[in-house]
Amino acid sequence: MRDAEFFRNWMAAAAAAVEREADRLTELDSPIGDADHGSNLLRGFTAVRTALDAEAPAAPGAVLQLAGRTLISTVGGASGPLYGMLLRRTGKELGEAPEVSDEELREALDQGVGAVAQLGGAAPGDKTMLDALLPGVAALATSYRAAADAAENGALATVPMQARKGRASYLGERSIGHQDPGATSSALLLGALADVAERAEGAR
Amino acid sequence: MTGGHGDGGTQPALVGVVLVSHSGPVAESVAELARGLAAGGPVAPVAAAGGTSAGGLGTSAERIMAAAREVDRGAGVALLADLGSSVLTVKTLLLEDELPPESRLVDAPFVEGAVAAVVAASAGAPLAQVAEAAAEAYAYRKV
Repeated sequence: MRDAEFFRNWMAAAAAAVEREADRLTELDSPIGDADHGSNLLRGFTAVRTALDAEAPAAPGAVLQLAGRTLISTVGGASGPLYGMLLRRTGKELGEAPEVSDEELREALDQGVGAVAQLGGAAPGDKTMLDALLPGVAALATSYRAAADAAENGALATVPMQARKGRASYLGERSIGHQDPGATSSALLLGALADVAERAEGAR
Repeated sequence: MTGGHGDGGTQPALVGVVLVSHSGPVAESVAELARGLAAGGPVAPVAAAGGTSAGGLGTSAERIMAAAREVDRGAGVALLADLGSSVLTVKTLLLEDELPPESRLVDAPFVEGAVAAVVAASAGAPLAQVAEAAAEAYAYRKV
């Protein structure tokens, strides 16, 4: 079972990963986006870390809902509402239980990713976050590491795709040949989850 | 600006309009344009919610929520958005019930839709008709 601390650790690990990779995310966002993905997410996840430290929610669902709400209000770009929706919907699905099973987390994340798809109106292959999130969450049935790897591969697989959503879509064929920054940050989020899960196993 | 519902008691409540742009100056200018073209009688409340809280390009959920509260007279709020995160943030706030009751994202071109929405709202049209007037701006072909 996973408690609120596990989820706070996940968000802290995600914030650390974003901090580490912010420059790379912004670099990826330069040729096909408006070169602010790294700085936007850094601002958002720094605020998440501050909010979680201040409020220290006692339930997994509450941790993710607070994180999601914070991202929506602080990121300032499209990744704010999209990641905000992912975490808030996942948190809502988890409800108020003080501990949740891996199976419950998997199902809740599935709903969260569905909410992202609905909000953004993107489909697999559109060169978006979904190209990492969908294979990542599908592979959660195997293991957290498998999910992280699948998301990472999903992000790499966006390179030859032509963007059909967001600012990159205005570039048409010129968007081909660049890795999608949103899919890349999604892989970071699932990578952070795998790291935290493995650390928790090691501590047992 | 005085807020609250039903002040005066005799005047019908007007639909409020919120203009959400990636850019603060764009939102402000389009609001000014729409107010100017709707003038001639009472003008419906219009608020601009452009740019990030820090004044950069992007979207601020806080600004949108504050703007919607500011223009809410109890007859509903029509929100128009321009690009990317503007649209997604409004949709998210609607899904999460963070906006006044009877708030609606209007599917319309930003500038033309804003003028149509403010003119219709100022004439006392209900929310559905304000949304319709704004959406009709899509049908106007320029060539």
